[in-house]
Amino acid sequence: MAESYAAEPEVVHHPALQHHFENMEQQREAGTLGMWVFLVTEIMFFGGMFLAYTLYRGKYPEAFAVASNHLDIWLGGINTVILICSSFTMALAVYCAQVGKQQLQIIFLILTMIFGGAFLGIKAVEYREKYRDNLIPGRLIPGRPFDPAVNPHGAPHDPHKLTLIGNSSVRQVELFYWIYFAMTGMHALHMIIGLGIMCFLLYFSIRGRYGPEYHNPIEISGLYWHFVDIVWIFLFPLLYLLGRHMGGHG
Amino acid sequence: MEEFKVPPPSKVNYLNVDYGLKSWLLTRDHKRIAFLYLGSISVFFLIGGVYAMLIRLELLTPHGQLLTSTTYNKVFTQHGIIMVFFFLIPSIPATLGNFLVPIMIGAKDLAFPRINLLSWYIYLLGGIVTVYALLAGGVDTGWTFYVPFSTTFSNSYVIATGLGIFISGFSSILTGLNFIVTIHTMRAPGMTWFRLPLFIWAHYATSLIMILGTPVIAITILLLAFERLAHIGIFDPAAGGDPILFQHLFWFYSHPAVYIMVLPGMGVVSELIANFSRKNVFGYSFVAFSSLAIAVFGFLVWGHHLFVASQSVYAGMIFSFLSFAVAIPSAVKVFNWSATLYKGSISYDTPMLYGLGFIGLFTIGGMTGLFLAALATDVHLSDTYFVIAHFHYIMVGGTLLAYLGGLHYWWPKITGRMYPEGWGRFSALVVFIGFNLTFLPQFMLGYMGMPRRYHYYPEEFQVLHVLSTAGASILGVGLIIPAIYLLWSMRYGPKAAPNPWHLPGLEWRTQSPPPTENFETTPIVTWEAYEFAPIEEMKVIGKFEESKAEV
Repeated sequence: MAESYAAEPEVVHHPALQHHFENMEQQREAGTLGMWVFLVTEIMFFGGMFLAYTLYRGKYPEAFAVASNHLDIWLGGINTVILICSSFTMALAVYCAQVGKQQLQIIFLILTMIFGGAFLGIKAVEYREKYRDNLIPGRLIPGRPFDPAVNPHGAPHDPHKLTLIGNSSVRQVELFYWIYFAMTGMHALHMIIGLGIMCFLLYFSIRGRYGPEYHNPIEISGLYWHFVDIVWIFLFPLLYLLGRHMGGHG
Repeated sequence: MEEFKVPPPSKVNYLNVDYGLKSWLLTRDHKRIAFLYLGSISVFFLIGGVYAMLIRLELLTPHGQLLTSTTYNKVFTQHGIIMVFFFLIPSIPATLGNFLVPIMIGAKDLAFPRINLLSWYIYLLGGIVTVYALLAGGVDTGWTFYVPFSTTFSNSYVIATGLGIFISGFSSILTGLNFIVTIHTMRAPGMTWFRLPLFIWAHYATSLIMILGTPVIAITILLLAFERLAHIGIFDPAAGGDPILFQHLFWFYSHPAVYIMVLPGMGVVSELIANFSRKNVFGYSFVAFSSLAIAVFGFLVWGHHLFVASQSVYAGMIFSFLSFAVAIPSAVKVFNWSATLYKGSISYDTPMLYGLGFIGLFTIGGMTGLFLAALATDVHLSDTYFVIAHFHYIMVGGTLLAYLGGLHYWWPKITGRMYPEGWGRFSALVVFIGFNLTFLPQFMLGYMGMPRRYHYYPEEFQVLHVLSTAGASILGVGLIIPAIYLLWSMRYGPKAAPNPWHLPGLEWRTQSPPPTENFETTPIVTWEAYEFAPIEEMKVIGKFEESKAEV
């Protein structure tokens, strides 16, 4: 049952090696696994809201169709394309880091941030529209409760007014908007955090810290960004594409 | 028995390597962070204990003479919140886990030391926000925060308290994340999964629950806060919402949470039983896999908290069946521990006393859980003192005893000092007696119909309540004594050898206390988990003297 100790040879450590790790390989593995585990927690976090969405959509399909139809599909659609492009540029940034193309990597990182910022800008425009139409749920905005204008029966289609169908009521539509703001708001918060992370990456990239032997921070930030993108890929059809067969009325 | 080679001890260890507040508050050393947690957790335990004392004092008389009803509501709510979120959930993982996980796998630290420190600060922040809410006026909804009382009718600090709990949840998530990555990627050469101590398996399973379950309570608290603040309607029937949705979301985390609380305790007990009977754990792989099984099954049983909450009967039947199933892996552990004891060389040191106490009390707690898992009996017992007795047998009789046992067992490693054994055994006995006197009467009270969360009760229940309060006083004394002698020992206790208990674990093959990087050189593991020398080869060496062979 004798034990032996490993002889510790004198090696030159990579400057980015944290001292509690044996080598860069272990550090890279740990960092990557850590990010994946974190993303799992994020799935569970968003999962609660997806559950609420599923339940209430099952309960009030008509109200959800009305509310979803009322969202601006063009803004949502453009945002989806923008976010997919940003994931693409992020993946390219990771690739450039892997092959040592530092200048190109910085450019792609900046492009990703521009796309992300554009997404948030369009989101802000959407939110402002909702504010104007009194569609902010509950009493979140003091003095401006949820009180959308409802289209009376037979009136021509008005994009700023709700056209209720079947048994749907305004309170049920409010539930949809609550879920809409909670989910897109949480998503936007994660995007802002992602942009913050990219600021750090940009700073260190300009300082020349990343290269073929060490680029794990960019890889795992890419993982995070792709996750944020995937959440939106789920959100877009669930929130924006209900009731579209109603022919754009709502 | 061949003595283990431990390098000659140097004077420098993780405690004296650096002095000053900054070296502690900005440390990256998992051992120092564990120490920080030990201090803060003890403070919260004290606060929760004060609330417990108030409850028991109030229940001495049947007509609620000490506190008004609203205040009583606040007292039991806050007892629950502080004990669950700020003591039980972090206790063993954040103190013993943080300290021992890297050492037991032969690593220098956890995978993410700075995130480890961050998790302590987040825990503190959550605790401070919660204590602020308590001092500002408290919360009276019960630790379960059921709607619509918490969203509409309660005039207390629901959102502030919720915020404190929300913040502290991230501490849990980060700890779990750290453990998982560390155990996967930083095991020493030769330390295969099935050579890991069962303490590690238990913490791995606990970490899985932490990372999967805690985000759900986070979003639940957020939804609760928005419902209360902005009257969205998500839990309000008048707006088309569903109050039972809250219960489902809440218990989806809070049931697995109780496994976060008990699994690390089971890991400690595996260590205590094996090491203090100097015998390999019977059925090591069964015990290892049972931890994972508890983690998985624990996510499938939350509906047993909603049997009488208008959940469908068919769902109730499924949850009832699954709740019976989740008892099986726990039973596997109890049987295997008992088999480990059989023909072992048992020494009745303080840690072993706590370990044995755990087995008995956890078994009672677990078996009474079956009464609650059965639909018909649950209708009678739900929301009575039977439920309270059931979970206190597991939380106090189980987790707290395991925590104390582990603390005593690893005390020489953590502090480099030995605690006074006589006082240790005495207080273990006092704790055991006090605990049973407190909670055994509560089973009877519950069965006879005493509702929980009430402070007015029929006269005929008073005898049992008085017994319970007497027990609580004894329990309190039994818990204060270790607080005193453990603190005392840090300065005046006899210095401990690297391996005072003469055990094979990796943590005993380094100094007491360890140096900052844990091991002088990275160990290479060539032995199985609990390899004890044959009994006849054992030399009896005094526990507290520095054996020449060890230096």
